[in-house]
Amino acid sequence: MIRIALKMLFGDRGKYLMLISGITFATLLMAQGMSLFCGLMSWTFSTMRNVHVPVWVADPKVEQCNDNKPMRDTDTTRVRSVDGVAWAVPFFQNLSMARMQDGTSKMVTLIGLDNNTLIGAPTKIVAGRLEDLSMPNTVVIDEFGVERFSAGRDKKIGIGDIFEINDREARIVAICDSYRSFTGGPYVFTTYDRAVEYTPNQRKMLSFVLAAPQAGISDEELATRIAAQTGLAAFTHHAFAWSTIMWYIRNTGIPINVGTIVIIGFIIGAAISGQTFYSFVLENTRHFAALRAMGASSGDLTAMLLAQAVLVGFIGYGTGLGVVTFLGTNLLKLGKVPFLMLWQIPAVVGVAVMVIVAISAVIGIARIVRLEPAIVFR
Amino acid sequence: MATLGIRVQTVNKSFGRGEARTVVLKETTFSAETGRLTMLVGPSGCGKTTLLSIIAGTLHADSGEIEVLGQRLDQMKSNSVAKFRAKNLGFIFQQFNLIPTLTAAENVSVPLVIQGHPYRYAEKKAREALEWVDLADHANFLPTKMSGGQMQRVAIARALVHEPPIILCDEPTSSLDSENGQQVMGLLRKAAGQHDRLVLVVTHDNRTYRFADRMAEMEDGRILRVLETQEEIRAHHPPGE
Repeated sequence: MIRIALKMLFGDRGKYLMLISGITFATLLMAQGMSLFCGLMSWTFSTMRNVHVPVWVADPKVEQCNDNKPMRDTDTTRVRSVDGVAWAVPFFQNLSMARMQDGTSKMVTLIGLDNNTLIGAPTKIVAGRLEDLSMPNTVVIDEFGVERFSAGRDKKIGIGDIFEINDREARIVAICDSYRSFTGGPYVFTTYDRAVEYTPNQRKMLSFVLAAPQAGISDEELATRIAAQTGLAAFTHHAFAWSTIMWYIRNTGIPINVGTIVIIGFIIGAAISGQTFYSFVLENTRHFAALRAMGASSGDLTAMLLAQAVLVGFIGYGTGLGVVTFLGTNLLKLGKVPFLMLWQIPAVVGVAVMVIVAISAVIGIARIVRLEPAIVFR
Repeated sequence: MATLGIRVQTVNKSFGRGEARTVVLKETTFSAETGRLTMLVGPSGCGKTTLLSIIAGTLHADSGEIEVLGQRLDQMKSNSVAKFRAKNLGFIFQQFNLIPTLTAAENVSVPLVIQGHPYRYAEKKAREALEWVDLADHANFLPTKMSGGQMQRVAIARALVHEPPIILCDEPTSSLDSENGQQVMGLLRKAAGQHDRLVLVVTHDNRTYRFADRMAEMEDGRILRVLETQEEIRAHHPPGE
């Protein structure tokens, strides 16, 4: 009976394509929306992804990693004094204005790493040497920075080129690969002291203290100890990342906007598929009635409709996901749009598509199981 | 040897409620034997198709007994009736009811597929049935590429493919021209002659009366008269009338 059902479906090409289009469009909207949301959320804690350390210590009022409530320099020492700390280093982060030699300005995220250890430095250096940060007025910029700073120039900027941060010279000694920041500006890495020099002077300059536990102590345990003994806020990498994401979810309109796209996708998919499938069932009512008259049970007809709906769901879902993946991996990257398709997205969209398919099938099944086979004699 | 294949005893059936209620069958009693082609005739609206639907188990009677091949359909559950239909009844409809996206062979194989036979077996039997109705060369045609007469012959092959003891036909010639109608009735006549099969044809096409072994005339929801031989049929319905 399944084979007959599928032949009935394939034979009605208009409706078949319409059904697949509905599911494809719904999948596309839902998966695209969710991937953009995840991409955007992943950008919110890019600094943490670039500077991967076990424990982040911050001012008690800090809730997310882009929040800058400077602490006193002595707080680094206070953290080091906590039992179980293997190391603790100062960390600077600020938005600064970089000015190129042709006078154009770009906003950058300035990162200051511990002078001696460079803990938290980018791990993927694509050109130059990280060690050259020990030389005066030197910085490491990311590839996005190269792209941004090179805009309008005949030649791309590179190692040895100079620009200014707050009127102070910054010479590029290395180019790294890094995650994009939420603010959209490139990352500029330098030493802590130099970053402080680049920034207009304030009473307190320390953004975070980065720390790690001694062997045998978990990150969570260390964070708890630091918070208890210093009165500062201390987060594990995982907890701080989630705290950052949740802050953006609570305090921005991003979830509502993206959620609207996802809901619209679901509604459009359900409406197009449900209506088209019901129309397909209506047009084939006489044939279903004939099958019933010839002895097909309600179970047989239900299986037929489910097979039709599920097949359409799978094809539409696969097509939609393929289009989203293509867009995400090719087109969107050209425009630097945040896009992150976690494995959970296809799973969630798959469940949503199955719900759409189930709604469509149930509408048809409800009609078919109540069908009076005697209508074939009328 | 002819045996009682269908027995309908004092069946009543009405549609609608209150003032809109229409009584279609009134204490209708009817029977048909195996090995014969029985025609159920009468004017439009007399209840022929309703009676056929009740015999087929596709419509419930309000009251009365319906016995087909010794089984009381009125006492069976709907799933059991469906299984009974799948095994024992073949159907030929006025509008053919072929699935337009299936080939002739696939359409014919449907009753066997419903019974759970493998596709390959069903298709092989379907091609044999199509050969029986002289449409072997049309096995891979879609219904849309066939004439009305050919479609009805495909429907006959579909009704016969699972070799049911009873064939129920609802106005099988009303959508056909005279020549095709005669051809279709000839096939039904031939089918009745095989395997002691009961063929019940609901019709008001008097051009086909000569194919009947027996005829029940209906009027206003009741069997008015039963003509037991072709001679009696000719006497009451002279050819060319």
